[in-house]
Amino acid sequence: MDEKNVKRDLNVSALCVPAKGEAGRTGDWRDFRPVIDHKKCIPSSKNKAACFLCWLYCPEGVVKMSIPVEIDMDYCKGCGICAEECPPNAIRMVREGENDG
Amino acid sequence: MADVRILTGNEAAALGVKLCRPNVVAAYPITPQSQLAEILSRYVEGGEMRAEYVRVEGEHSALTVCISASTVGARTFTATSSNGLLYMHEQLHWAAGSRLPVVMCVVNRGVGAPWSIFNDQQDSLAQRDTGWIQLYCRDNQEIIDTIIQAYWIAESLYIPVMVCYDGFVLSHTMMPVDIPDAEEVRGFLPPYKAHTLLTPEAPRTINSVLFPWRRPNPEGVLCDGYMEMRYKLQAAMTRAHGVIQKANDDFAGVFGRDHGGLVWKYRCEDAELVFSGMGSIANEATVAADLLREEGIPAGVAGVRTYRPFPREEAAEALRSAKALVVLQKGLSYGYEGCLTSDLKAALYGTPLRIPVVDVVAGLGGRDVKAREIADAGRDAWKDLQAGKQGNRSLWLNCYTGEDHAG
Ligand code: SF4
Ligand code: SF4
Repeated sequence: MDEKNVKRDLNVSALCVPAKGEAGRTGDWRDFRPVIDHKKCIPSSKNKAACFLCWLYCPEGVVKMSIPVEIDMDYCKGCGICAEECPPNAIRMVREGENDG
Repeated sequence: MADVRILTGNEAAALGVKLCRPNVVAAYPITPQSQLAEILSRYVEGGEMRAEYVRVEGEHSALTVCISASTVGARTFTATSSNGLLYMHEQLHWAAGSRLPVVMCVVNRGVGAPWSIFNDQQDSLAQRDTGWIQLYCRDNQEIIDTIIQAYWIAESLYIPVMVCYDGFVLSHTMMPVDIPDAEEVRGFLPPYKAHTLLTPEAPRTINSVLFPWRRPNPEGVLCDGYMEMRYKLQAAMTRAHGVIQKANDDFAGVFGRDHGGLVWKYRCEDAELVFSGMGSIANEATVAADLLREEGIPAGVAGVRTYRPFPREEAAEALRSAKALVVLQKGLSYGYEGCLTSDLKAALYGTPLRIPVVDVVAGLGGRDVKAREIADAGRDAWKDLQAGKQGNRSLWLNCYTGEDHAG
């Protein structure tokens, strides 16, 4: 990093403001990624705002309550909770580096 | 007209705190500090001091309250002793690492086990490396004056300050004390301005986990890592030397009393046998120095008032004419020697002064130390010097250390 052109933090104590990405791109840590089968996902298949349990349970808050459901892979940590909770088993956890299949 | 009253050390401390007008006081009573906590609660209850007195269930919480209040811009005060101070230990690091100018009186008392309520300085010495400034007082006048200076120092540097004074020897002993004028204190000590004010309008996370490296935040500002934050504390401690001296000198200018800043000297100019120590024992050594002077031994005292940051240069300067050094201390690093002995030896390293140092552990758990006993220790050191003995020595003053106690 070219430090000469970077604005420096002059705080006397360590602090941060709440902001997206404050703790870094936490998606970097992921070993498995969630892959949604939209043919099985309730909101997608019925085209209705329904279910969204993945949105509710995701500890990182990276699931978007939309049709189709979207996951922000920059910050998804791959914990698999969404896959565990999804009623029709529409989410599979796939090892990073392997194809969605 | 001067307002001189006969006060205990705790009463002097309470008046000093009142003059500094803290917004929040949180303290848990413990002997020999209790009287100080009680007087402050009475001031608040009786409307003499416009502060919030937060009652807590222990010392860890007392300091935590001060840390939180300081973060939202309050001037804070707490006080403790001995095991109460040890119970605060984690939060001591937290206050210093957050750079919050909390001021605390430590009324020095021996730590258990075995249980003791009596004086020594092991409690505050064991907090040496927490990042707090430590000032040690000799008498009750110095207590009240040092508390006022402590706020000035803490708030100039954003470093918390411990004002240490000996339990019972000072805390419960009455002496005449000249009370500084409230208006003059107001002029000397400007209002506290927090470096970061935590408010609902500007929410922040303070002291969240820092990574080993530096990294930009989402706005692209390069933020310090843990190590940089710690370096800034050390750098501020280095700056503290000048700030403590300035607090002392400015205070002397306004109130007419000079307590020596970092190191105070008594008959030191031509002294060849020099005692050193902190707090009341060093005051006692001035009487011992007079006794030895009467016998023709050129003795003096270089008293350490500021223990952290350690006044390396000031101490070496005070010892310029010394041929032998006797360090009196009420606390040690078990397995090595008295803490002050190690620090003074280190201060002399690299200077032309290569003198024998006698490490004297004294007064633990309230064991009495008389001026004539200090003089005896000094006389022995002087005799060794005359006999050409150059080695360092250690001794436990007034303590049975017979063969059958040798472990
Ligand atoms: S939990 Fe499963 S079915 Fe429900 S919205 Fe999420 S992916 Fe679709
Ligand atoms: S629940 Fe876990 S795996 Fe699923 S989207 Fe959230 S972080 Fe990713």
